[in-house]
Amino acid sequence: MGHGSDAVVSVDGLRKDYGGSTAVDGISFEIEPGETFALLGPNGAGKSTTIEILEGYRDRTAGDVRVLGVDPHRATLDWKAQLGIVLQSTGEPGVMTVAEQLRHFARFYPHPRDVDETIAAVGLTEKAGTRLARLSGGQRRRVDVALGIIGNPRLLFLDEPTTGFDPEARHEFWELIRGLKREGTTILLTTHYLDEAARLGDRAGVIAGGRLIDIGPIDEIGEASARVPIVRWRDQRGEHSVRTQEPGRTVADLVASLGAEPTGLEVIRPALEDVYLEMVGAARDGERAAA
Amino acid sequence: MRMLALGGSRTRYEVVAYFRSLDTVFFTFLFPLIMLGIFTAAFSASGDIVVKPGQPGISVGAYYLPGMVAAGILLSGVQNLAVDIAREKGDGTLKRLGGTPLSPVSYFIGKIGQVFTTGIIQLVLILVVARLFLGIALPTDPGRWLTFVWIFVFGIVTSSLLGIALSALPRSGRSATAVVVPIVLILQFISGVYLRFDQLPGWMQAIASVFPLKWMAQGMRSVFLPSDFVTLEPNDSWQLGWIAVVLGIWFIVGLAISRVTFRWIRKDS
Repeated sequence: MGHGSDAVVSVDGLRKDYGGSTAVDGISFEIEPGETFALLGPNGAGKSTTIEILEGYRDRTAGDVRVLGVDPHRATLDWKAQLGIVLQSTGEPGVMTVAEQLRHFARFYPHPRDVDETIAAVGLTEKAGTRLARLSGGQRRRVDVALGIIGNPRLLFLDEPTTGFDPEARHEFWELIRGLKREGTTILLTTHYLDEAARLGDRAGVIAGGRLIDIGPIDEIGEASARVPIVRWRDQRGEHSVRTQEPGRTVADLVASLGAEPTGLEVIRPALEDVYLEMVGAARDGERAAA
Repeated sequence: MRMLALGGSRTRYEVVAYFRSLDTVFFTFLFPLIMLGIFTAAFSASGDIVVKPGQPGISVGAYYLPGMVAAGILLSGVQNLAVDIAREKGDGTLKRLGGTPLSPVSYFIGKIGQVFTTGIIQLVLILVVARLFLGIALPTDPGRWLTFVWIFVFGIVTSSLLGIALSALPRSGRSATAVVVPIVLILQFISGVYLRFDQLPGWMQAIASVFPLKWMAQGMRSVFLPSDFVTLEPNDSWQLGWIAVVLGIWFIVGLAISRVTFRWIRKDS
């Protein structure tokens, strides 16, 4: 699979042991230029370990990893200059202002973005002169993103970027990321918000128990049977649900046979979330059965 | 070249951050000055300190000034950097920097540059207050100031490296102050900063002699005290050569530990 050498990220048989336990157990995937790839999975599944190996923070036990054509284990400063890393939230004291912090970090990179434009892009223009410590959690997270993109990265890592956001902030953040996608930035996203993966991701990989249990375009994740639409209604005998590839016909037949509007009628197309929960649940059951 | 330029940029950033952190300003920057003020006020009634009874002496403030200058060097380097870097490890600052193309060399230039800048401002403040408000006479002999410069520079660089080395010790950013401050405080008590070194028991002097602060304080006494005070020193000598040797050994120890232990993040914790 994959296109080999032009992949921005390629991971083959990645494995990571901590002491006696295995956190990542033979994961393989590739990310193509311009693609947004979402890595999904429950807490402790190995998402963060995987992303930190790709970022060069951790060594691996086995497997082959290339990020922008380089083994992250042999990271150089030139290589780091092409990456943008948005870590899980940090607790820095924040005595600098938003503008000071960004101007300072921009100096690290050979071709940084314009500082004022970047601050505007994350919606913090009015807070540019405010110290980081006085920002709300959501605003600080936007600073994290701004610091991640200030160097004009070819590849952006977003590790749980919207944890702790309110719904409005999350939608604004998605808009920001879509803008980066339009500019051609390749993005690796980890999240446990599946709507986030569905809105931003082109493809997704699902990790459970250190293994990649599925990978593919967002709307193809899971088995075909898991995506079959569900028609649901109620009558005197209780609740009914039918899985069918032809929900329209089912509803029409139902109306014809009842001769009236069915009560509580719903047509459900299983979203990523439903499919995912089913998959992760099945993987957990499988592990339990094996143990 | 780029590493040096970024080191300069880091230094400016670090100095601004230093003065915006109130706890650092109080416990590192102003601490020696406050102690000098308290000592001068508390002991002003107990008379001058003399080498031998009957001879003219110097004020308590004048006697303790060199100790406070030496303590300032130790605090600016060891206490400041050990707490600062341990905290940066704990709160994610280092992890963030480790993901950027910033060289660790530039990072350390920034740290040592911060110690130098704040240490010099602290020193000037101590000397100005000592001269103008506490009426302490400062040396006029250029030779003494030359001694001062090499001990100050050597002391600050060594203290910075020891601070970087010591930052590996605290297990978390939160425990940094609790681990580092007692070490630095005990050193100040046994090295002749707050208590007269010549009146300490021999075993305590012997322990203090292993560590650099005792030697920096002794060197500063050679700069700021009248020449006849040399008779209060071990072997009636300022031992300037030994100061260089001990600081040199600690410089190498600090550099070696820093090189071996420093990581942007705790590896595979």
